[in-house]
Amino acid sequence: MVIKNLDDLRRLREETKQELEGRHGGETQIIVGMGTCGIAAGAREVMTAILSELAKRNLRVTVLQTGCIGMCQREPLVDVVRPGEKRITYGNVKPGDVPRIISEHVVNGRIVEELVVGKIG
Amino acid sequence: MQLFRAHVLVCGGTGCTSGGSQEIRARLEREIQANNLENEVKLVITGCHGLCEMGPLVIVYPEGTMYTHVQPDDAAEIVSEHLLKGRIVQRLLYKEPMTEEQVPHYGDLPFYKKQHRVVLSNCGYINPEVLEEYIARDGYAALAKCLGEMTPEEVIEEVKKSGLRGRGGAGFPTGLKWSFCRNAPGEPKYVVCNADEGDPGAFMDRSVLEGDPHRLIEGMLIGAYAIGASEGYIYCRAEYPLAVKRLKLAMKQAEEAGLLGDNILGTDFSFHLHLKEGAGAFVCGEETALMASIMGERGMPRPRPPFPANSGLWGKPTNINNVETWANIPDIIRRGGEWFASMGTEKSKGTKVFALTGKVQNTGLVEVPMGITLREIIFEIGGGVPNGKKFKAVQIGGPSGGCLPESQLDLSVDYESLTAAGAIVGSGGLVVMDEDTCIVDVARFFLSFTRAESCGKCTPCREGIKRMLEVLDRIANGEGKMEDLELLERTALVIKNTALCGLGQTAPNPILSTLRYFRDEYVAHIQDKKCPAGVCTNLLTYSIQPELCRGCTACAKVCPVGAISGEIKKPHVIDTEKCIKCGACMEKCRFGAITLG
Repeated sequence: MVIKNLDDLRRLREETKQELEGRHGGETQIIVGMGTCGIAAGAREVMTAILSELAKRNLRVTVLQTGCIGMCQREPLVDVVRPGEKRITYGNVKPGDVPRIISEHVVNGRIVEELVVGKIG
Repeated sequence: MQLFRAHVLVCGGTGCTSGGSQEIRARLEREIQANNLENEVKLVITGCHGLCEMGPLVIVYPEGTMYTHVQPDDAAEIVSEHLLKGRIVQRLLYKEPMTEEQVPHYGDLPFYKKQHRVVLSNCGYINPEVLEEYIARDGYAALAKCLGEMTPEEVIEEVKKSGLRGRGGAGFPTGLKWSFCRNAPGEPKYVVCNADEGDPGAFMDRSVLEGDPHRLIEGMLIGAYAIGASEGYIYCRAEYPLAVKRLKLAMKQAEEAGLLGDNILGTDFSFHLHLKEGAGAFVCGEETALMASIMGERGMPRPRPPFPANSGLWGKPTNINNVETWANIPDIIRRGGEWFASMGTEKSKGTKVFALTGKVQNTGLVEVPMGITLREIIFEIGGGVPNGKKFKAVQIGGPSGGCLPESQLDLSVDYESLTAAGAIVGSGGLVVMDEDTCIVDVARFFLSFTRAESCGKCTPCREGIKRMLEVLDRIANGEGKMEDLELLERTALVIKNTALCGLGQTAPNPILSTLRYFRDEYVAHIQDKKCPAGVCTNLLTYSIQPELCRGCTACAKVCPVGAISGEIKKPHVIDTEKCIKCGACMEKCRFGAITLG
């Protein structure tokens, strides 16, 4: 990589900034249940799908994982928390559901009702 | 672009590296792979976080969880609990030394709350071995601003406006120094970075070199543009192997990216940077000795004038600044001189990095605005003196600095106030001492350091320091006379006024300041033949209190020279002639029957 002029430098900064800012995450949180039950039900694939969807859309979201919350039969469980809004728990999430949850809920704030198993707060 | 949900930052500073952080990194890497997390979790080696006392440190983002004293065997638990299941590993969290309270978040630590990190803003956050991470943090944007929008004169004006003064210790206004060199006749011109950090207990510059090397390179590039220099040297001591390695890598990356070399960023500005490794002589931190060493000569100072700005490397105009000074430049250009001048006091602007060591809870690296008090640094950031001991003194500015007592703790930390109190800002070493420290012994320590490091060129330094040390030895051995104090003061002042370079001129500071603030302790050594702190062994005698001694014989058994005698179940006695004052008996006695006085 050679930086020939100011534009090159600016472009490189924009490209790299994203990844470094990811270190701090964004205000919206996505929390994936990664207890034994979650992992057995396929939480790992869901997590991977979430990360690639966020990368594709260039979104800054904090992705966290959590342990079992006792609703093992509905795993994989995925929670979405937008700043100042209720914590929405989706159940039986499959990798195929991820793009819809992200485009509808994370980006546009419209809860995907048919997948919801709980609302907290 | 790949997105990672978590970033695991492993400290790769010298402190944590010697604590095993490379092994921790390797184990984390293995565990992350074993758990198939390599596409979700990114492992990053960073520079120093400053809280070296708690190292090796591992920080997990996005939560910002800080794990302390991490061992390689902890890697598996961090990965399987935190990274896989999202459960924080409680036992590795930072605990407040006083309250034992756990502090999970990096930013909530009292250690960081009072700090204001400018020079160190990237240290511990970015990977110092990746140029792109520096660029992502607005790196080289200041250089771009200079080359694209500012004339060299405007750059110097901005630095003048900031009020930045040399961070190597003397505190000369940086912008003014640059303008001297710019206006001096002669080509080519040179810029030099003094990275010959040599004070015992100081490691500010090392952390910048290791944790954010591109910041230094950018600062020097800007300086070279402003001054009109096309060549530069970094003079770094070879005892900093990690700093040298990261500097070399950073220079190579910058060259490959076209940020060093000819026609930088497509302009007609060219700058070539070289790294010169020094052999670690303290005197080579003095600018004329440093230049002699770069030119391949023996590292000895010469009289000034001529100053380097007029006649430096190979007789050409040369500008020398220390690491921290250069590292302040990019932010001053990017955020403006006024922003920088808004921090600090009237005459001392900006922030200063201090290495906090000695008898203090949180040893490490702190960056604070000028004008903060010593009390805030030592007690609020540093957490105070450990083990319930009393604070006694703080040596500020290394062997060239002074020793300040508790009564001076509310002093504002700036160039003028510290000089008035008999100390100096110096390069920024702060050594805290508790009640168990003997002041005469401290003065001896620093003086024996400067005696060993004196280059021997001028008589006041070569002979004077040696004589002062002899007097101190006499006092510590109980052979001192009251006249010795005047002799010390007189000799100190002569050396201060007549030595050739900064090493000799400042070497008497520890003596002068301790005589000023702790004269009683010298008097106790001379008149009472006592060392109040119980350090000077020749002034100590061990004795057994007969009423407390149970005659258990434990002390007699442990004594290596057979100085203790007595019958079983009867009080023992110590033969002071035979006693070598090792203290083994006192440690062994379960009844507190052995005293020192």
